[in-house]
Amino acid sequence: MSTTLWIIIAGAVATYLTRIGGYLVISRFENIHPRVEAGLNAVPAAVLTTLVAPAALTAGPAEWAALIVTALVSLRGGLMAMFLAGAAVLILARQFVG
Amino acid sequence: MSAQAISENGARSDFWQGVRLSMPVVVASAPFALLFGAIAVDNGFSVLEAFLMSALVFGGASQMVGIELFGQHVAPWLIVLSIFAVNFRHVLYSAGIGRRIAHWPLFQQALGYFILTDPQFAVAERKAEAGETVGFAWYLGLGLPVYVFWVVESALGAVFGKLIPDTHALGIDFLLPIYFLGLVMGFRKRPLWLPVVMASAAASIIAYKTVGSPWHVSIGAIAGVLLAVILPPHHSGVEARP
Repeated sequence: MSTTLWIIIAGAVATYLTRIGGYLVISRFENIHPRVEAGLNAVPAAVLTTLVAPAALTAGPAEWAALIVTALVSLRGGLMAMFLAGAAVLILARQFVG
Repeated sequence: MSAQAISENGARSDFWQGVRLSMPVVVASAPFALLFGAIAVDNGFSVLEAFLMSALVFGGASQMVGIELFGQHVAPWLIVLSIFAVNFRHVLYSAGIGRRIAHWPLFQQALGYFILTDPQFAVAERKAEAGETVGFAWYLGLGLPVYVFWVVESALGAVFGKLIPDTHALGIDFLLPIYFLGLVMGFRKRPLWLPVVMASAAASIIAYKTVGSPWHVSIGAIAGVLLAVILPPHHSGVEARP
């Protein structure tokens, strides 16, 4: 089997473990330590930020404009609105700056 | 009418009630499924592999993260770990939903956890909080259409992604950072959001410049999580909850 297929299968198993793990493990404890809970709460923002920050740093004006518009729209709109706004700005700006 | 026929009719209408509630989720996730397929082939996946990943993982953000890292030729174990990290929030969902569906037969529970996505949790939890029973037929009606459309649209996106001649002009290579920024912004109401984001951003940029890709992902993520753990609990707001 190819490496790609192994990645997909292992990723699927890891994902299923997160979907069933809370019931199997956490529900057996009465209380989660506040610091552990604070750490768990921080996981999504912490992981996702690392996928944006270096990419933004090494990008150009078209990408920066798109990210700024995405952040601004997010203060009002939902995920779909901000994504479409950012994508539209990116595609438009790239026609001019390349 | 026998008692069994009555309960079968009830289950059928419960199922369709769930299907109705699933429609906004189906519509909202369609562009992301198509996008995932297109980006997957752009990053070196085949159409079949894109289809399989959607069918087996069934988690939008984690699939995007996995594909992005795959395109950067990150070590396989780190890709799997990142998928795990992005999906880690589901641990909290299953801890919460477990008591609502504990009365189902084991096989139904196992299937129920497989389709436990963000909207699935949110809608099911709302029903439970309203004092209603979360039944299997209703839950399946809510989740099955989302799953079927997600998988089919991913494959479609992959097929059409192969036909796009100039992916740079369409911005496909930078759509993921935009999407991820949108997700990051979506968590901004959480306690400690800004310090965590700033710590992760700074650490990931420094690591990117020094250690290099792909380690900036793990190092940046650990920095943000550690900060949340180290700061006194009254800052993180976890005590305030009932």
